[in-house]
Amino acid sequence: MNHKLVDCRGLACPHPVINTKKALEEAGVDTVTTIVDNDVARQNVVLFAKNAGYQVNEQPKEGFYHLTITRIGAQATANQTNESAAPTPAAVTPTVGPVYFITTNALGQGSPDLGQVLMKSLFTTLVAMDPPPAALLFLNTGVFLTCAGTPVQEQLEKLHTHGTAVLSCGTCLEYYGIKEKLLLGDISNMFEINNWLNKPHKAITIA
Amino acid sequence: MGLNTSDDAAVYRLNEHQALIQTVDFFTPMVDDPYLFGQIAAANALSDIYAMGGQPLLALNIVCFPDCLPIAVLEDILKGGADKVVEAGGIIAGGHTVRDDEPKYGLAVAGLAPPGGIISNATARPGDRLVLTKPLGTGIINTAIKADLLSPEAAKQAAQCMSALNKEASASMQRYNASACTDITGFGLLGHAAEMAAASQVSLEICFSAVPLLPETIEMARMGIIPGGAYDNKEYLIGKVTLDNSLRPEEQMILFDPQTSGGLLIAVPGSLADRLVAELAGQGTPSAVIGQVLPIQDKLISVI
Repeated sequence: MNHKLVDCRGLACPHPVINTKKALEEAGVDTVTTIVDNDVARQNVVLFAKNAGYQVNEQPKEGFYHLTITRIGAQATANQTNESAAPTPAAVTPTVGPVYFITTNALGQGSPDLGQVLMKSLFTTLVAMDPPPAALLFLNTGVFLTCAGTPVQEQLEKLHTHGTAVLSCGTCLEYYGIKEKLLLGDISNMFEINNWLNKPHKAITIA
Repeated sequence: MGLNTSDDAAVYRLNEHQALIQTVDFFTPMVDDPYLFGQIAAANALSDIYAMGGQPLLALNIVCFPDCLPIAVLEDILKGGADKVVEAGGIIAGGHTVRDDEPKYGLAVAGLAPPGGIISNATARPGDRLVLTKPLGTGIINTAIKADLLSPEAAKQAAQCMSALNKEASASMQRYNASACTDITGFGLLGHAAEMAAASQVSLEICFSAVPLLPETIEMARMGIIPGGAYDNKEYLIGKVTLDNSLRPEEQMILFDPQTSGGLLIAVPGSLADRLVAELAGQGTPSAVIGQVLPIQDKLISVI
């Protein structure tokens, strides 16, 4: 087990988080103890570590905080020798699915009936994706798919349970007068939708 | 507006037709570029006039500057500020400079409004809906810039956001009979919303997913890139606010994040909120309905 000590006493934010992150990314390091001298730094380092998938042990000591951060699943006993071959880099972000930007409730430009059939088929396929889509963004007639009467309610519910964010444009719901019929997910706005489209995820438009 | 509630600026009735609005704001740099710093500091100071429903008239520079920095840096800061005041329709009529170890810049601003046109933060009414005219995240973003973690594109969007005037938002809100208004700065969205709620003797409900955020705000917050000011705001407000259990810790901190030159939080009659948002969008000011005003309850604000 490779353990590194990171002394962040006297450092202003964001350096405690940055220094901890760098230490965890070093080859062969699987446990880091960061020492901080203030509660803001403590809370920020703990937040970083937990969101990045690490286990955190907080210990107040002599007026400071010792935060021991271990990769979940890593062997933490002092006697254990690391016999595995290549060291693995710190896993900071898990694999995520794409973002779907859905601007219609009937897929394609031809017959509307065929469009609805294709849309249902698409959603059935999305349910089987691994990892599931990160988010589904519904605009224009797409918002009919998240409201009462939708042909894809069952598929959407499954996706939502798997952690896919379901966002329906508020302006569109208002325009079509179906806001009260929203079945699941959040009412969103152009800012939030644009933020999703600009994230590192792959973005796919369904028109 | 009286000493009992804290409003955005001082208002003095001059005569039947005019009220004088006065405010002052200055701070240390949060960006490296001096011209941009001048623009942001000026927009920030002018914002309080707009939050009261007034028009800026006259501004005076407040400057602190160290001997060790080249004078060209100060020239750029002042040019940034001057250009922003001109954009607001006002003039810079002078100012004062003192030597200091670190640079600081801002303005003392005077504005005018008809006495009946002043929009305080103490008059929100149950049934109103809340419109926010700029995205949140500048405190977290500025901390991320210091950590060299932010993409250049996200930094550029944040800079545009901070240097934008609240001019259109202020003009539009008056056309939509806004009940109350405040601008979002150092106390964060929840801090300034709490001031409005306390002064108006109402409670506010805010929907987190409706709140617009600057790009990469969530990612940076998840990484713990959160300024100390957000924790100070949280400590002060925590007894006055209910936060839904589904909110992740970083989502909560975004709502406490101190903002630099933030947007207006406008309480507008419920039926007019969507039209106000649509009008602002048409003028190039994206905004969002983020919540509603309720009769007074146990907590000043509940976040769902």
